[in-house]
Amino acid sequence: MSDTTAGNSAKKKGGFNVVQLLLEGRAFFALIAIILVFSYLSPNYATVSNFLIMANHVAIFGLLALGMMLVILNGGIDLSVGSVLGLTGVFAGFLMQGIEIEAMGVILYPPVWAVVVLTLALGAFVGFCNGILVAWFKVPAFVATLGSLYVARGVALLMTNGLTYNNLAGRPELGNTGFDWLGFNRIGGVPVGVIVLAVVAIAAGLLLSRTAFGRWLYSSGGNARAAELSGVPVKRVQITVYMLSGMCAAIAGLVLSSQLTSAGPTAGTTYELTAIAAVVVGGASLMGGRGTVRGTLLGAFVIGFLSDGLVIIGVSSYWQTVFTGAVIVLAVMLNSIQYGGKARKG
Amino acid sequence: MAVDEVVLAARNVAKSFGAVHALKGVNFDVHRGQVTTLFGENGAGKSTLMKILSGVHLPTSGELILDGKPVEINSTVEARELGISIIHQELSLAPNMNVRDNIFMGREIMGPFGVNYAEEERQARALMRELEEDIDPLTPVEDLRLGQQQIVEIARALSVNSRILIMDEPTSALSASEVEVLFKVIHDLKAKGVSIVYISHHLEEALTITDHAVVLRDGVMTAYAPRAEIDLEWIVRNMVGENFDLGSPPATTYGAPALELRGLSVASHTGTGLAVDKLDLTVRKGEIVCIYGLMGAGRTEMMETVAGRLKPVAGEVLLNGESVLGLSIAQRIETGLVLVPEDRQRDGLVQTMTVGRNLSLSSINRFTKGLFTNTREERRIIDESIKEVTVKTDGPGAPIGSLSGGNQQKVVIGKMLVTHPDVILLDEPSRGIDIGAKAEVFRILAEHAKQGMAVVYSTSEVGECLSIAHRIIVMRRGRIAAEFTHDTTKEAIMAASGESLVA
Repeated sequence: MSDTTAGNSAKKKGGFNVVQLLLEGRAFFALIAIILVFSYLSPNYATVSNFLIMANHVAIFGLLALGMMLVILNGGIDLSVGSVLGLTGVFAGFLMQGIEIEAMGVILYPPVWAVVVLTLALGAFVGFCNGILVAWFKVPAFVATLGSLYVARGVALLMTNGLTYNNLAGRPELGNTGFDWLGFNRIGGVPVGVIVLAVVAIAAGLLLSRTAFGRWLYSSGGNARAAELSGVPVKRVQITVYMLSGMCAAIAGLVLSSQLTSAGPTAGTTYELTAIAAVVVGGASLMGGRGTVRGTLLGAFVIGFLSDGLVIIGVSSYWQTVFTGAVIVLAVMLNSIQYGGKARKG
Repeated sequence: MAVDEVVLAARNVAKSFGAVHALKGVNFDVHRGQVTTLFGENGAGKSTLMKILSGVHLPTSGELILDGKPVEINSTVEARELGISIIHQELSLAPNMNVRDNIFMGREIMGPFGVNYAEEERQARALMRELEEDIDPLTPVEDLRLGQQQIVEIARALSVNSRILIMDEPTSALSASEVEVLFKVIHDLKAKGVSIVYISHHLEEALTITDHAVVLRDGVMTAYAPRAEIDLEWIVRNMVGENFDLGSPPATTYGAPALELRGLSVASHTGTGLAVDKLDLTVRKGEIVCIYGLMGAGRTEMMETVAGRLKPVAGEVLLNGESVLGLSIAQRIETGLVLVPEDRQRDGLVQTMTVGRNLSLSSINRFTKGLFTNTREERRIIDESIKEVTVKTDGPGAPIGSLSGGNQQKVVIGKMLVTHPDVILLDEPSRGIDIGAKAEVFRILAEHAKQGMAVVYSTSEVGECLSIAHRIIVMRRGRIAAEFTHDTTKEAIMAASGESLVA
C-alpha cells in the first residue's frame, strides 16, 4: 500500500549512517514493529482479511491526513477537516433523501455521481473560505480553521436537527442506488475505500513531485517571502491547499457514510487531530516545507494498525489513547532531532 | 597597567568536525585593553575560533591560556564566569522587555520579596552612565535603535565584569553615526582595560579601530601584525593570498533605455512620509549603475517597488518602454525584470529545498510541459545555472544550508540570471560574503552587462561603487543626492550621502 506513490524521496540513499537511516525510515520501522508485535500477540492479527479491514479503517484517516499534509507543507494547519467530514457526510445524506422544491411541488433525487460531485464541491467551498481567511485576511490558520471547525459542525447539526440520515442505499425506481458501493464493495478483494485512498495518494504524489504546483507548495511552505519574490503565486497556492484539504475531507466523508450507510452530524469529531498525528508521525515538519506522501501514508497506517491491534488483543480503549499519544510525542521528538539537530552539530 | 600584557592566548588550537579541519593549529594573543581584529574570508575559521574562545566548542587539540594559566572552557556560562563575553551578529535581546530586564536576564538580583528591581535599575543606570549613553533602563528594547540595542548588549556583558569582549560583525547593521558611537564606546572600554576581539567584513572600518590584526585563511593564521605596520592592502593580500581587484566597468555600448523610473514615490513603512520621493532614473541596456546610500536612504524600497513587492503611491516604472506597474512579481520576472533581494536568508532562499530546486524556482514554467514538470529540462536549466555563476556544490541535490554564504548568494543570483532578464536589480549583493565571492559576483554581472543586460546594484561599501559601475547614484532620504561617473573619489561619494569618514 505504502509504496504506491512515486515518492520523491527514493533518491535518499548513499550515506551509510545507520542513525540517519533509522531516523528517516522511522515510520516504516515502526509499522514493521507494530505488525510483528501484534502478530506475535494475536493469531488473528496477521491475516489478509484483518489487514483489509484495518486498511479500510485507515482509509478515512489516510484521506484526511493527505489533505492535512498539503496544508502543513504550506506551513498552515487545517483543524476543520473532522467537521467537514461530518458536514459533507450529512450533505450527501441530505441529497440522497431527495431535494424537495416546494414551488414546483417536486422532489429531486440526484443520481449518485451528482451527489459525489456536489459533496466534493461543498468540501472545496469550506476549504476556499479557510484559504481566503488565511491568505487574504491574514487570520492565523489555527484560528481560521478552528472557526470553521465550529461552523461546519454547527451547520451539520442544523441540517439534521441532530439526527442521523439512516437510509442511504437509494431506491432502484428513483435511479439513485449505488451509494453503498464506495463503502462495501471490493475490487479484486480490496475494499473500495482503500482503492480510493490509493488513487488520492498517487494523485497527491504526482502533484507534489511532478507538477509546478508541487514545487510552488514546497517553496512557499519553506520560505514564503523568497517564493513570492521568485514569482510563485503564494496566495493562490495557499487557497488551493485548503480547498484540496476540504475535498479530501469530503471524500473521506463520502467513504465513511457509505461504509456506515448512514450519515450522522457528529461523525469525524476529533478526526482532525488523528490526521495531524499521522502527518507528524510521517515525518512532516509543522513549520512547513518538509513532508512526503509516503511518510504521511506510513503515519496513517502506524496509527491505524496500532489502535486496531490494541483492540484485537483486548486492551482497554483508555490505554489505546495513552499509546497513541505516546507515539505522537515520540514522533515529534524524533522530528526535532532530525531537523533541529543539524544546526547544533555546527 | 602594563602595556601589551597578554590576557588570553590560544596555543596551537585546532578543531575538526569529522573530516573537516576548521582550524589547524592557530596561535594568537589578546592584549589587555586593546582591540584584536580577526580578518578572514567566510569559512576561514573565524567563527569557529570565536566559538572556542566563548566556550561553545572545545578545541580538538591545543590549549587556551588565560592570565598565564591554561584553562578549559566547557560552556558559555563558564566563559562568562571567566570574564569572556560574546556579542553575536544577531543580538540576543528580548525586544518586548525593557533595558533593565534585558541586562539582568537570567541572573536577576533577588531580594526577600522577589526580584529587586530598584537595585537592578540603579546598576543599569550606572552602566549606562559609564558607557555615556543616554538610555533610560525602563525603555523597552524594541523602541531603541539598533545601535542602542548593541550598547545594551555591551552593558550586559560589562555587568558581569567581562574583561574580554568578543564582537562578531558589530557594525554590519549600523548607520555611520551609530558606528561612530560604538567606536567611542570601544575606546572607553579599552581605557578601562577591557580587551576586545573584533570580527568584521568591513575592512576599512575595522582598520580604524584595531590595534592588532590577525588574518586567518583556511583555518590557518596566515599573518599577524600590530596596527602601525599594516594597511588595507596588506590585509586583503593576506586574506586572499594574491592581489585583489573588484573589477572595472566593462567596455559596453549602451543600448535603448531598459528601465525607466518616472517620479516614483513610495510610502515609508512607518506610515509617515515617503521612503522614495519622486525619483527619476533611467538605466540603459548594457549599463551598470551602482546605488549608494546609508541605511534608510530608500534603496531597498525603490528596488522592491520596481520588482513588484511594494506598490508606489505615485510615478511610473517602465521596462523597455512599457509600464510594468500592473504586473505581478511573476509577470515582471517573465518580462525580464528581476530582483535579487537584500536578505538572502529571509527573502532569497528556501532553506528546506536543495540547491537545484532553489536555482530552478523562478523558471518552473519553463520546464513544465502541460501538467507535469520535465525533469531532464529542469536538470539542464540547473546545470546551466550552476556553471554560469560557478556555485561550488556537491551537486544539485545538496541541501542549500551546506553552502557557504558566498555560494548561497550566487544561488540567489543564478536563480534570477537563468530566467534571462533584461534588467537585474541587486540589493546589497555583497552583504556578508567574502571578498573572493564578491569579486566573482561582480565579474558575473560585468559579463552580463557586456551582453546587453542592464544592471542596478546597491551597496553600503564605497569601495564597491568604484568597481564595475559605469554610473554611481547616491541616494539620500529617498532622493538622488548626487550622480557620479566611474572616475570619482570615495570622499565625494560619502560626502554626498551625508556620511563622513569615520575617524
